[in-house]
Amino acid sequence: MTFAGWFTIGAFAVVLTVLALPLGTYMAKVYTGDRVFLSPILSGPERFLYRLMRVDAERQQDWKSYAKSLLIFSLAGWLFLYFVLRTQDAFFVPHALNPLGYHSPPANVTFNIVSSFLTNTNWQYYGGETTMSYLSQMIGLTVQNWLSAGVGIVVAVALIRGIVGRSGKGLGNFWHDMVRTILYVLGPLSVISALVIASQGVIANLSTYLTVHTITGLEQKIAMGPVASQEAIKDLGSNGGGFFNVNAAHPFENPTSFTNFFLILLVLIIPAALIFMYGRMTGNRRQGYAIYAVVIFMFLGGASVAYIAEAHGSPAQHAAGLHTGVIAGSGGGNLEGKEQRNGIAGSALFDVATTVTSNGSVNSSIESYTGIGGAVPFANLSASEVIFGGVGTGLYSILLYVLLAVFIGGLMVGRTPEWLGKKIEAREIKLAGLGILITPLAALFGTALAVATKGGRASISEVATSAGKLGIHTPQAFSESFYAYLSQANNNGSAFPGYTGLIQPNAGNLGAHGITFADVLGGLVMLFSRYAPILFALAVAGALVGKRVTPAGLGTMRTDNGTFAVLLIGVIILVGALTFFPALLLGPIVQGLTGHLY
Amino acid sequence: MKTWQRDTITSILAIIVFAILTGLIYPLAITGISQVAFPGDANGQQIHLDGKLIGSKIIGQNFGTPVLEKNGKPREVKGAVVTEPDPRYFQTRPSATEGGADNAAASTFSNHGPNSVKTKEADEENIKAYLELNTAPNKQEYDPGLTVGRIPVDAVNSSASGLDPEISKANAWIQAYRVAAVRGLPRSTVDGLLAKYTAGRGLGFSGEEGVNVLELNLALDRMTKGKG
Repeated sequence: MTFAGWFTIGAFAVVLTVLALPLGTYMAKVYTGDRVFLSPILSGPERFLYRLMRVDAERQQDWKSYAKSLLIFSLAGWLFLYFVLRTQDAFFVPHALNPLGYHSPPANVTFNIVSSFLTNTNWQYYGGETTMSYLSQMIGLTVQNWLSAGVGIVVAVALIRGIVGRSGKGLGNFWHDMVRTILYVLGPLSVISALVIASQGVIANLSTYLTVHTITGLEQKIAMGPVASQEAIKDLGSNGGGFFNVNAAHPFENPTSFTNFFLILLVLIIPAALIFMYGRMTGNRRQGYAIYAVVIFMFLGGASVAYIAEAHGSPAQHAAGLHTGVIAGSGGGNLEGKEQRNGIAGSALFDVATTVTSNGSVNSSIESYTGIGGAVPFANLSASEVIFGGVGTGLYSILLYVLLAVFIGGLMVGRTPEWLGKKIEAREIKLAGLGILITPLAALFGTALAVATKGGRASISEVATSAGKLGIHTPQAFSESFYAYLSQANNNGSAFPGYTGLIQPNAGNLGAHGITFADVLGGLVMLFSRYAPILFALAVAGALVGKRVTPAGLGTMRTDNGTFAVLLIGVIILVGALTFFPALLLGPIVQGLTGHLY
Repeated sequence: MKTWQRDTITSILAIIVFAILTGLIYPLAITGISQVAFPGDANGQQIHLDGKLIGSKIIGQNFGTPVLEKNGKPREVKGAVVTEPDPRYFQTRPSATEGGADNAAASTFSNHGPNSVKTKEADEENIKAYLELNTAPNKQEYDPGLTVGRIPVDAVNSSASGLDPEISKANAWIQAYRVAAVRGLPRSTVDGLLAKYTAGRGLGFSGEEGVNVLELNLALDRMTKGKG
């Protein structure tokens, strides 16, 4: 461990907070319909988009109507993306946008990819540079990078409106919220950050792949592409789907240690700002601060554990005789699957930031993390993506946990639980409970099916299995499978990259075929655990919006102080630990507690 | 009109509008602006030598030479050319890309697990290769203090992308003994170049320092050429 490493983690938390506060204020104005400094420029295009899409932006929707618009819009997006990917080599695709003449990915893998990008998961069984044409990356995947992020955000906004609503049933208008999210929030942030990273070496071109003749007489092919635009929205929108196979480990996606720091900021800035926005919209900023304190505490805890574990090095390194401490000119640590420029701290921080959010981008190989270092992403996912969480998804998920904590707190003190002046009753608790349990359910069922069946085990990588009598039954093999379904159920998308659902003998999909079991099961897990919680969150909003507000009395349990923050942490850890501890024991924890090789 | 019908029409229109806006206008505008404002960066920081493209500054390369069969053809395993490191050049980190090391058309992780025997074996193999490379034909290490315990981790562990353009300073210092000896250059000259192509930490604290191997090797070639 180094001073610079710890300083990076600390400085990051400060910079994030300082930037997220004003963004939260700005976003609160965007969603309450106030004028913001961009209104003079954007209100014209906004009205134009409403006209194009034939939307009455003033029409208030109740929760069912809001949900209906959301689901139909998502279905249309699903079909469009499926069409784009399956016609990758069709006659109407201009050669300049598919310069290598890539064929379409197989149907089963495409089902997985499309479900993955629609649900903001961006789980990738494919490697971008060997599978996707430039057109697919742009009009296919980039579009859903924007829209799936937007869908997450608007659900959180609708839930907040339900919580603070004083009259009637209306949660706002889905189309209005989507358009404003794209134009006022994601738009300016994406354009600015795409240009910042392009100025630092993230490539942005439509050239065909380069052929290089090296000074030692070898040939090297170098993949190209319009990367900067996709990289920016991928990180801002909790998407995480890499342009290249190795994601943000690739020097063209993340060329310097500055861009590494910048990309981590992009990953967390909107989730952090949304929490402050929540405080603003409830009229009591302390409500936001309490939640922010909870998540930043858990985030920094995770980052510290991962940093310490990775800096310590792995049992395999030590068995080979390597010295993993800091020496002059080298940071040491477990550098397997990590890049020199990012170092241990920059890799650990990135890894934790993208697994607490539902981003799932990686700048290092999680499969190669030490047992305990790798247990951190597991733990983050087991907390169901509420520590910051994805854009919107994180906020609506943690608000369901807040509801649960208020209920438990109410039971403890023996009073009818109230939240921001509204009585919490059986209906809301049932809905929130179901909303919270869907994700673990999908993750554990998916894992159980995958490890118990032959079809599921086909996806486990060769390097995770032992040559000895253990064969495929190693903790690493279990971890791979478990992580795959945990990640997909949480719509995260990071992976133990050895786990595969696509066999691709050649670049460009010629002769490629998917592993149907993994592709379909994963796709269904992602769709189910995305849309079911959204419906429950909206239903909670619908149940809350019409409730009368009673003024807070002496006996009201406050939800904006330290006591409540501690209670909330307890509830999150309790639910996560009780659900996942047995499974975690079988994989990462057993690896972290032993120096044994197998 | 029923609400689901109205939603369907709006959804179709919205997908078309957003696809054009975020899927064509946005990426093409960013790409276009970058091409004008930062053409070098936007095109991957290509390096040319005598008019020929010889690499990208930020993509790691394999500085090895093909191993030839008896018939004079390069030996291949699974379609990948087998190479041995050229001792005149600084060597990049181990790479696990498919189709040979440093394949920048198909980046891949090594997927080596932390407790795996296979990882240990791979590490041991890389350690052995590193020691061999840095040992002179007279069986003396170029760096007199070189032992297994002194090899920095980046020289043994495969990088994430398989395309890491940088090595640690500690790794470069060890290799500098060899490169200086093989090329007949004074150590101080090599160390000077090494310092010149070391990138500092971003913002002064982020990440680790690293030596850009391609730039360093090119500078060495220029220097040797200039002499002779």
